[in-house]
Amino acid sequence: MLTIYINNTEVQAEEGWTILDAAQFYGLAIPTLCHNPGLSNYGGCRLCLVEIGEGKYTKLVSSCTYPIGEGLVVHTDTKRVLEARRMMIELMLSTAPGSKVIQDLASLYGVKQMRFKIRNEECIYCGLCVRMCEEQMDAKAIGFQNRGFKRKISTPFDERSYECRLCGACMYICPACALRCQGPDADTAVCNACLNLDPTCVEVYDELQCWMYDAGQCGTCVKKPSDAK
Amino acid sequence: MHQIKSPQELREAAAEQKRQREAQQKAVLTVSAGTCGQARGSLDVIESLRKIVKEQSLEDRVEVKLTGCHGFCEAEPNIIIQPQNIFYQHVKPNDAAQIIEDTILNNQIIEKLLYKEPTSGKEAIKEEDISFYTKQNRLVLGDNALIEPTQLNEYFSIGGYLALAQVLEDMEPEEVITSILDAGLRGRGGAGFPTGRKWKLTRTVEADKKYIICNADEGDPGAYMDRSLMEGNPHRVLEGMIIGGYAIGADEGFVYIRDEYPLALKHITRAIEQAEEAGVLGENILGSSFSFKVNIVKGAGAFVCGEETALMRSIEGKVGEPRQRPPFPAVSGLWKRPTNINNVETWANVPLIILRGAQWYSEIGTEGSKGTKIFSLVGKINNTGLVEVPMGITLREIIYDIGGGIPGGKQFKAVQTGGPSGGCLPAEKLDLPIDYESLTQAGSIMGSGGMIVMDEDTCMVDVSKYFLNFLRDESCGKCLSCREGTQRMWEVVSDICDGNGKESDIQLLEELAVAVKDASMCGLGQTAANPVLSTLRYFREEYDAPIKDQRCPAGVCKALISYSIVAENCTGCMACLKACPEGAITGVLKEVHVLNQEKCIKCGACFEVCKFDAIKIE
Ligand SMILES: Cc1cc2nc3c(=O)[nH]c(=O)nc-3n(C[C@H](O)[C@H](O)[C@H](O)COP(=O)(O)O)c2cc1C
Ligand code: FES
Repeated sequence: MLTIYINNTEVQAEEGWTILDAAQFYGLAIPTLCHNPGLSNYGGCRLCLVEIGEGKYTKLVSSCTYPIGEGLVVHTDTKRVLEARRMMIELMLSTAPGSKVIQDLASLYGVKQMRFKIRNEECIYCGLCVRMCEEQMDAKAIGFQNRGFKRKISTPFDERSYECRLCGACMYICPACALRCQGPDADTAVCNACLNLDPTCVEVYDELQCWMYDAGQCGTCVKKPSDAK
Repeated sequence: MHQIKSPQELREAAAEQKRQREAQQKAVLTVSAGTCGQARGSLDVIESLRKIVKEQSLEDRVEVKLTGCHGFCEAEPNIIIQPQNIFYQHVKPNDAAQIIEDTILNNQIIEKLLYKEPTSGKEAIKEEDISFYTKQNRLVLGDNALIEPTQLNEYFSIGGYLALAQVLEDMEPEEVITSILDAGLRGRGGAGFPTGRKWKLTRTVEADKKYIICNADEGDPGAYMDRSLMEGNPHRVLEGMIIGGYAIGADEGFVYIRDEYPLALKHITRAIEQAEEAGVLGENILGSSFSFKVNIVKGAGAFVCGEETALMRSIEGKVGEPRQRPPFPAVSGLWKRPTNINNVETWANVPLIILRGAQWYSEIGTEGSKGTKIFSLVGKINNTGLVEVPMGITLREIIYDIGGGIPGGKQFKAVQTGGPSGGCLPAEKLDLPIDYESLTQAGSIMGSGGMIVMDEDTCMVDVSKYFLNFLRDESCGKCLSCREGTQRMWEVVSDICDGNGKESDIQLLEELAVAVKDASMCGLGQTAANPVLSTLRYFREEYDAPIKDQRCPAGVCKALISYSIVAENCTGCMACLKACPEGAITGVLKEVHVLNQEKCIKCGACFEVCKFDAIKIE
């Protein structure tokens, strides 16, 4: 057991935990986006920032990746943390204003302006889908391409990947909906389950149960939507 | 070469080489042939020199030596003639005959090849008379001019591997570390972390295997001191690594070098082979129980792969993206083993400290920064080149005394230090003694030693746009703060340059810059805002002018300037008319020309060719 100090409170934490683990264990809310307990830690979205250290020597770190050590001093909601976090949300919002997840974050943190040019993209490169595909689905069908502002997520050479089993887990976990079904399109690399002859759903589900939220529309269910009624 | 089996045997071999060097009566022509020299044709010079030597059968009187970069790139290709130390610059292949005939055989100086001081116009005959060299203290780089980098014996002749012999013979690993600690050596790759402390940490961690890395990624635009060292003196870097391996308890090392440095790659590869053959590298070095091997890994040139954790991932064959520290490489680095990574220049300092002592070394430099630092002095400066100076020297001394000031009688405006993530310092800071702390306090960084001088014709907003463009491209893209932050800063600054800036943009830039600095995981993002923050701090009016009055004071940003012809000055020489690629200038000989604004693409070609100050930029 290690002793650490979160928001001026002395607490015990287990070796190997991240700051986020410890904070969550003690019921402190730290917003996260690229973090998922079932996947490896990544540290890409920078939402989970906290301030560590004391006096003059403090800095911001992503709590989801920073391992705790004996005597670590953490503050989860200083002015500096909030300012940086708001800027992160504003950056995300300007890039993908259509995402419900990001809109909710903006309203929670009072981000009311988008001072950057709105881009209407659908990806914030949190990498959840990439890790999902590799770590949970064991497929490694998608990955990052390029770096910097040219970064994107796709299959190798943007071609239909035969590693991809069309499981849809990438779409399931996406907070910004980049890979959300756009209907059948032979040119897109990911999924296209609807063009696949093998159905992914044997049953037709209603609006609420269908994980694509559009009962029958993706066209992969065996039964016709009309039969379901 | 046969295997050397003991430190004693090495000492004898080195002493023999030294004796031969001193005893030789030949005139030695050392031709600077690093990548910079070769690009300016030094290989042709060497070829014609050698040809003439052969034709005239002068082999026993003259030796032509192909060395690494001598540092004075402005004067490339240059030759130093020993023993007199005569310095000839801008030598062409057809000068070869005259050099042999006049200087070597008849002891006459060839005036046209002498270097002339840019300020006084005075000619300098010897290397030591040139002001570029007088204020330097070339402890690390100086050897480049003495040896052929591809010959191990040459390195032996100047005391090569003697530090290693000393370490293996009578120093415990801990003593080596203490020596580096006492010397006060700090990392030359950027952050300036005390090298001895890093070594000590890596030594104390228990593990079945440890690694050493030499960071030769050198990604800063305009910086090339690491390349020069690897090309001109690879054995010295290698010796530093071997000593480091012994001190830390590592038995394997990696040199991570970018593939864009083919000559450096060739020389370090050859050096490793030679060192293994000679028994100073490999199994049971110099007959001791210490074994060490070195591998080379070629990088593809991504700037971020110079960051230590990204570099290690790259060596492991993964995508070069930085990861969270801690754990620090000293605890868990390459393949999760304790790893000590240092910069090329840091390694090259190690043999020096061992041989001349920590005490001696720590007397050079300032309180917190010891030794010398190599800077690559580039941009609007008369003497472009690599300069090695003691820490604590002022920027003014580097720029005016060593660099010879600004060409064309222009005014100095700023100096950018520390590469893309460094900052721009104005004229008020010229008397700043440079070390790690002072530069950071002034809003820049030491970085790996890039130093770009800018004159009055430089627009600081444009400069900050340039670096942001570099960074948005070179950010790995993992952290939102860095990927989006650099992109958005670039967008805002570009808008300002295009005349579309808003008054609120400055505040937005400041807010964003702080957030990017605070929120990013690795050094790239944490320093990415420096170009913006430092130009805002020192050159605020250059941001205000385009926003408030749609004006670019330096006359650089195309959207904000127009070219026109000053009728009083125009002689009607037709030079601009011919230079204009768009046919925007019309007129006849000896009459004032007319510039059609509609057709003008603001390329500046007319401005460049006009000899009568008749083109005005507004
Ligand atoms: C974006 C980035 C790029 C870097 N590039 C280099 C480089 O090209 N060469 C280098 O030696 N260090 C570079 N560094 C610093 C290394 O991470 C590391 O600190 C250094 O190699 C340690 O060696 P030193 O202690 O001898 O300086 C870079 C750091 C960052 C954040
Ligand atoms: S949740 Fe920690 S960086 Fe995204």
